[in-house]
Amino acid sequence: MATDDASRTPKVEMTADETTTAEAIEEIKTARDAANWAKVSGALTVGEVPAEARNINVTGRRQTGPMQGFGKMWQKTYRVSLGSAVTPQEVISEWKAKFPNFWPEGNRFYGPLTGIAPGDVALLNLTMPGRLKLSTGVLVLYADEESFTFMTPEGHMFAAFITFSAFEDKHGETSAQAQVLLRANDPLFEVGLAAGGHRQEDKFWVHTLEALAANFGLSAEVDTQVVCVDKRRQWRNAGNIRYNSAIRSGFYTMGTPIRALRRSGR
Amino acid sequence: MTNDVLGVRDAGSGAAIIDIKGEVTARSEDALMGAFLEANESRPHSILLNFTDLEYMNSSGIGLLVTLLVRTKRQRQQLFAFGLTDHYRQIFELTRLDEAVGIHDTEGDALAAAGAT
Repeated sequence: MATDDASRTPKVEMTADETTTAEAIEEIKTARDAANWAKVSGALTVGEVPAEARNINVTGRRQTGPMQGFGKMWQKTYRVSLGSAVTPQEVISEWKAKFPNFWPEGNRFYGPLTGIAPGDVALLNLTMPGRLKLSTGVLVLYADEESFTFMTPEGHMFAAFITFSAFEDKHGETSAQAQVLLRANDPLFEVGLAAGGHRQEDKFWVHTLEALAANFGLSAEVDTQVVCVDKRRQWRNAGNIRYNSAIRSGFYTMGTPIRALRRSGR
Repeated sequence: MTNDVLGVRDAGSGAAIIDIKGEVTARSEDALMGAFLEANESRPHSILLNFTDLEYMNSSGIGLLVTLLVRTKRQRQQLFAFGLTDHYRQIFELTRLDEAVGIHDTEGDALAAAGAT
């Protein structure tokens, strides 16, 4: 492994054996987690999904993180203690396998039947205030035995990393956690967050963790921590509104009768 | 190995270097933010992250880097990275961190980009 000094000095020629050793070390370092990360280049594509799943805001979009978002940056952490009868690995295995089952009613997660794996793209059909059905999705950015992380596509409410993890605390008990690092993706969603969106988001994840605990036969209280990491808005990203999934979902819903007429006329 | 051996160096000319060794995961938060505070003692205009000795980073580690990036922006500093393997360069592209962090092959390249040579 290179040292600090080595990083500051010009590269020297290595013998064939030294080159092989360096390459082997590099391969070991890479192999340890390469399989845990998504391999995505360019736009997102969606695999096979049920017919009722709307895919109007995912295919062709790019994934976004908080750097690409517009609004204030928040770190929201929802945590529940699951006792010592279950290991972190068992929690994550169960969470991956039954992920949609823990969501509040009216919200659908259409992922691959094989569970949650790096590179998977899932569609989300969410019920918003006013009974608007919002269609968006997520990319599974990372997954290992103790955590998995989603990134959101352009047009999603949030430009975010959403990490689900389980770990053993200092008392030897297993905790499950959902942590969202987010900015609203555009000015409209930023207004929506301030006008009740934060509260709805908190209720969503509290319900999810309560349902996860119930899956293990527990009735547990969810601890919520919200930190504003950056109060500044990124106005250079205000143009993200062109992909706004709420607007596009609304237009799609309004166009439903027209599409039905077209189909019946064929 | 954990990353409790973060080193901080003043590179002069308004740049500070944080040498990251071992792992960057959720457990690294205190060490990384502590190193950032130490690096800021010389009031640098640029922070350089040296990933030459990085052994492992997961998605929580990427989240920490995003938080660090916000902190540097708040202080009107530039953030650079060097010494990333091809694998972690791809991770920076995948997470689109490369759009906000200047990535360079060597310390010399990063210092030159920071205007600190």
